[in-house]
Amino acid sequence: MLIPVLVGVAFVIFLLLYLTPGDPARIILGTQATPETVRALRTEMGLDDPFVAQFGRYLYNVFLRGDLGRTYVTRAPVTREIMAAFPQTLKLAFWSILLLTVVGVPVGIISAIKQYSLLDNTVMLLAMIATAMPVFWLGLLLILFFSVHLGWFPSSGFDTPMSMVLPCVAVAMPSMAVVVRMTRSSMLEVIKQDYIKMARAKGQKESVIIRRHALLNALIPIITIIGLQFGVALGGAVLTESVFSIHGVGRLMVDGIKMRDYPLVQGGVMYTAFAFSVVNLFVDILYAYADPRIKAQYRRAGRRKMVTIRK
Amino acid sequence: MEEALLDIQDLVIHYEKRNGAVRAVEGLNLRLKRGETLGFVGETGAGKTTTALGIMRLLPVPPGRVVSGKILFNGENLLDKGEEEMRSIRGGKIAMIFQDPMTSLNPVITIDEQIAEMIALHSGLSHRDSISRALEMLELVGIRRERAGDYPHQFSGGMKQRVVIAIALACSPELLIADEPTTALDVTIQAQVLGLMKDLRRQFSTSLLLVTHDLGIVAESCDDTAIMYAGRIVEYAPTAELFGNPLHPYTRGLFNSIPKITGGKGDLMTIPGLTPDPSNLPPGCPFHPRCGLAVPECSSGIRAPLEAGEGHYSACPVTLGGRR
Repeated sequence: MLIPVLVGVAFVIFLLLYLTPGDPARIILGTQATPETVRALRTEMGLDDPFVAQFGRYLYNVFLRGDLGRTYVTRAPVTREIMAAFPQTLKLAFWSILLLTVVGVPVGIISAIKQYSLLDNTVMLLAMIATAMPVFWLGLLLILFFSVHLGWFPSSGFDTPMSMVLPCVAVAMPSMAVVVRMTRSSMLEVIKQDYIKMARAKGQKESVIIRRHALLNALIPIITIIGLQFGVALGGAVLTESVFSIHGVGRLMVDGIKMRDYPLVQGGVMYTAFAFSVVNLFVDILYAYADPRIKAQYRRAGRRKMVTIRK
Repeated sequence: MEEALLDIQDLVIHYEKRNGAVRAVEGLNLRLKRGETLGFVGETGAGKTTTALGIMRLLPVPPGRVVSGKILFNGENLLDKGEEEMRSIRGGKIAMIFQDPMTSLNPVITIDEQIAEMIALHSGLSHRDSISRALEMLELVGIRRERAGDYPHQFSGGMKQRVVIAIALACSPELLIADEPTTALDVTIQAQVLGLMKDLRRQFSTSLLLVTHDLGIVAESCDDTAIMYAGRIVEYAPTAELFGNPLHPYTRGLFNSIPKITGGKGDLMTIPGLTPDPSNLPPGCPFHPRCGLAVPECSSGIRAPLEAGEGHYSACPVTLGGRR
């Protein structure tokens, strides 16, 4: 699944940038360049070749040589630029996903157990507000309140633990709202099931019923949604990174777009698609651990494959 | 009179909704003697499951609420028990089997663990001992030990119900409440499961409250039978007596509704009308709007069941030969 998705993404992004007006050669050389030098560079870069040839060359470079080209602005390899920005993005993604899981899932569970209570209603209202809030606005508010007003956290950078708090909160908040709602509805669905009644009829404690019988069954949608959020976060929190001036992948892509640095944008999108696909693959594997029925399916599919290969 | 294992007195259970109460159980009286099987028969919505959940104290509260009455188990009122004490009774002394075996087992836990959970809760055995006891239970219900580590989705419906029975009887409860245990199964599997329940019940000397709407099952396996209608017991008698001499018009209607193999291909007999809406019960005898024998007095006042013979009670004075 990984390869077709990446080829598809490559095609779309390549086509879009191909159709965008503006001459890369002119961007690289600046406004002072003579038409001759521009023409020479166009030929050198292969910009006069037909679309199919250009796209084919791009695919060849990306998939067979792992080369995303060089940026127009710094002439550095795009892969190096991305790898330089990646640790920041990964750090941000990891901590914010950890934060939203550790807070979001328990809150969702409690909300489900106490359905329609004051607590549940408050949580749902807050979740709605958090989903509706634009990230950059939340980021700015956090900076205004916690850095400028209270002076508790630095307003930019991403090196010390203290400086990581605000960006992680900003990234986690809207996703956390989604996770809370998903956990709640998934738990509500499971709590209604007969096997929960059965567990009660066994004389089991309510806390054990929630942890052992209900949560295990409610996990699949929760894993899915957290996986999705992780994929999105790995793609770079474009707005948050800009607000907090973090040099992550999102920021890199924004800069690339501003400068019309096509290889950088293309590379960034390819990287995002790749990160997303890899996360999805891991989520699929996690499913099997959460649900024996899915594991059995995988096993059957595996066996069938073995049979066809043997033929 | 010897003390009954289970003695329900004037039980009233309502579901409280915004627009009034749904009167699911209205003054129910029921006795189950130790070691016996009581068939508990009624149409869908008559309040059978509500009663069963009420005994287990597993009613969803709210909206469910036990308004009044007593549920005496070994002479002690279950409604006075604290949650902690109730937990040790559930599973340990009173076990319950639910209607649908397909959904009664937790899909992500292996079946030996699900049986062992019950054993560990009530016997204080270690996890390992609970598992080995669970394996014995599995063999008892006719499932090979090798399958103990399997998940519920790897079993057929009949086998799942066997597992459920193994769980229910794992701690040798004094009372087993089976809520339509065979309704979701094929007829052939039904017979197997019922036979298994009968054998094990004897082996563990467990009394059985069999909730069902299938009169055939009742005739087959119950000592006594109680007929429930709109939250009340309308007739209660030893099974043979009830089948030979049904007194209440509703009971008679039920028997007439069973197609007879010798009866030709005419229309099925039915009881006219529908069971009353439990949030809007008719005054007087709840059955009188559908009853062919109703007299004007039927629409006022509720009468306690009258004794019509040895252990045979009926709530209908009309068919008792005018003994009002």
